[in-house]
Amino acid sequence: MKNDMTFVLGGEAGQGVESTGAGFALALARAGLRVFAVPDYRSRIRGGHNFFQIRAGDYEFFSHDERVHLALALTREAVDFHVRQLVPGGAIVYDPALKVDKSGWPDGVQDFAMPVADLVQQAGGSKLMLNTAMVGIAAGLTGLDLRFVEGVIEDNFGRKRGESLAEANLKVARAAYDYARAHFAERFPFKLEPVDAPKRLLISGNPAMSLGALAAGCQFVAGYPMTPGSPILEMISAKAAEFGVVTKHTEDEIAAICMAIGAGRAGARAATATSGGGFSLMVEALGLAGMTEVPVVIFEVQRPGPSTGLPTRTEQSDLMFVLHASQGEFPRIVLAPGTIEEAFRDGWRAFNLAEKYQCPVIVLSDHFLATSLQTVPPEALDFDGVVIDRGAMLTPEQLDAMEGEYKRFAFTDSGISPWAPPGHPKGVYRSASDEHDEYGSIEENATNRRRMMEKRMRKLETARADMLPPRLYGPERAAITFVSWGSGYYPVREAMRLLAQQGVSANFLHITDIWPFPAQAVAEALRGAKRIVAVESNYTGQMAGLIRRETGIHIEERILRYDGRPISPEYILRGLEEA
Amino acid sequence: MVTVKDYQSPVTPTWCPGCGNFGIHQAVKTALAELGLEPHQVMLVSGIGQSSKLPDYTHANGFMTLHGRAIPCATGVKLVRPDLKVIVHSGDGDGYGEGMGHMVHAARRNIGIVHIAHNNQIYGLTKGQYSPTSAQGTRSSTSPEGAIDRPVNPLLIALAAGATFVARAFSKNVRELADIIKAAVQHRGYALIDVLQPCVTFNRVNTYEWYGERVYPVSQEPDYNPSDLNWALRTAQIWGDRIPVGILYQTEDVPAYEEQVPALKAGPVGLRPIRPIPADKAQALKAAYM
Repeated sequence: MKNDMTFVLGGEAGQGVESTGAGFALALARAGLRVFAVPDYRSRIRGGHNFFQIRAGDYEFFSHDERVHLALALTREAVDFHVRQLVPGGAIVYDPALKVDKSGWPDGVQDFAMPVADLVQQAGGSKLMLNTAMVGIAAGLTGLDLRFVEGVIEDNFGRKRGESLAEANLKVARAAYDYARAHFAERFPFKLEPVDAPKRLLISGNPAMSLGALAAGCQFVAGYPMTPGSPILEMISAKAAEFGVVTKHTEDEIAAICMAIGAGRAGARAATATSGGGFSLMVEALGLAGMTEVPVVIFEVQRPGPSTGLPTRTEQSDLMFVLHASQGEFPRIVLAPGTIEEAFRDGWRAFNLAEKYQCPVIVLSDHFLATSLQTVPPEALDFDGVVIDRGAMLTPEQLDAMEGEYKRFAFTDSGISPWAPPGHPKGVYRSASDEHDEYGSIEENATNRRRMMEKRMRKLETARADMLPPRLYGPERAAITFVSWGSGYYPVREAMRLLAQQGVSANFLHITDIWPFPAQAVAEALRGAKRIVAVESNYTGQMAGLIRRETGIHIEERILRYDGRPISPEYILRGLEEA
Repeated sequence: MVTVKDYQSPVTPTWCPGCGNFGIHQAVKTALAELGLEPHQVMLVSGIGQSSKLPDYTHANGFMTLHGRAIPCATGVKLVRPDLKVIVHSGDGDGYGEGMGHMVHAARRNIGIVHIAHNNQIYGLTKGQYSPTSAQGTRSSTSPEGAIDRPVNPLLIALAAGATFVARAFSKNVRELADIIKAAVQHRGYALIDVLQPCVTFNRVNTYEWYGERVYPVSQEPDYNPSDLNWALRTAQIWGDRIPVGILYQTEDVPAYEEQVPALKAGPVGLRPIRPIPADKAQALKAAYM
């Protein structure tokens, strides 16, 4: 078997499982292979069991899967956990000093006990380099040219942390590689070879979305750290000085969204990033943005709730929450990208929509999309396709020519009132979280209230023109029609591929622009479908419920997952059989 | 020349006749006009409460936000438009209750906003409940047997949090208040002005007469030294038969937060034209993932 396998590197928190795994994934990507890698870690700094799973191949696939060909175990717990995942002929690598119990091992698993710690020591490395040794072993067993691993080690350790650290890691990798090649490679049936392919990026959803925000010319980002949303503030902060972005780590999430709204009120492109718990704190201010018609973008990277839930795991259970959060009724736009391309695209589109419709825009991601590393063509981050549209923003010339007092909240057919950033003598206005008149002054008059409600809500109807319809993948007519949203894209597309191999036709309706809901397009796509199956990472089937509410179509068959783990293609296939 | 009339709004205040807010309103307009600032160069940000309606009655950029959240909203304004003079109007419930956490952080950051706290020691808008600054024993609808909580001392909290400008004023003394506001607007960083303000409807204790008998210019203190933090910490504790008003503490030695933000070195980011990222820079961003 060549160029089709999954590795898993397992160990304790603090053993560098994730960073090493990401490094190995990059080495594979540089060898021209396609990669889909999923980190699995616990909410702790030391101990426990973490792993990093990397699928690599030279053909088109869409997600991780449940087969494991090579398990690299740094702890006894890792051995026990991963040995059960191995396919026949697959191998487990561990140090015999771990004294593992092999009694429950499945048949057909190869025992590749190697003196990993001794190899590291003899090569002059430290205990922290066991992970590097494992990567060297993986290259040795699979026949992957070590220079791909060496290149990543040089990049990661060479420039940043001094040459000696790079040198030591290179020696360890080489020693482990040579040992594995000499003693075990012959018995390992799964091989990797470099592929002459166009260069790909290895990236996950969080950075793709952050780059989208940068591409939009975002000028302000505030946030309070919360897994898995924190990397957005971190990544934009790293580029803040270069791209002219003010970033602020605030005292809490309430301050974060309020600062973003303040910046938006001051005419800047502003955003905040958080997860469900932080968004819970932001809810009141969401209504402030809705009422005062301030553009603001909220990146909400979901994790399992309720409350603290499973901090480092995945779920799509905040859909209903973000659609309804905050008291009263006001327009909001909700986007849920599923792919890297969409994460980048919605990262910049959100700012245009927020300014065009002068309302909060929530970009709903999740841990699975945010953290899974995947290879994509460089065009997936389509900087050339970025359009800047600030909507009905008044220019200084328009303000110069304006007669009478500025009506910031003027009644219009579209619901959109021209907006002025502060600083022009004729653009002076006040705005209030209270109901207000066209000038922005507090006003309780019933007629005004009715007209103002209608004006604001009309924006949502106007915004429909900018909403992207759901996309149908696969044949027009099929035996099975999957419906999913956001990161459900990956396992569903992969399940379709597996079903096609079994001769079962399936298609897939992927909903990415969620609010205003594309009811007509969804209804049309589902009309005449033979067997509709909703696939979601939540308990109640929130999207299926929304579809029923908005279209009347009841999707009875649902494949739901709420154990915090990403849906795998096999999970879907099993779900189909159980139905 | 800018005059007070330039700040005149067509909206008539709904405050009770005799409300302390009128004095504060007059003082703010006077201070801004005397500083030669025009309405479009100023942003008034408020929370929710009677005091927070002030921006509605003023011709200037105004943003009336949420209860307790004026400071973070104002901070956002200042961080993208440091060229604007940003003034927060909040009450004692709004700013010292719901929003107290934000005040502490604004002070330690030394963000360049003026925080005018309309402190009437009572909730006016919700009709007379005791507030964080109400005296112990205050009887109100939510403390019918007398408040058990001890009142906060906002000046001490601000000083302890690292505020670089801390003042107290009395709303009736409009001229003195206007001068303090002028100093605060010109100050480098966060400035708290705690304004003692009678509530003529709900607070029958802390009346004009009550304050009038007690307030005195803090500069009359024999060892008056507003550059000395320890002196200020001692003086901020004087409360009772005598209440000092004026600037208790000011230092210009601490740079304002916005002076230190790398992205603001080139000017206000909110005024930066928004353009797509050039191809070479986009390429460099992508290269980090290859």
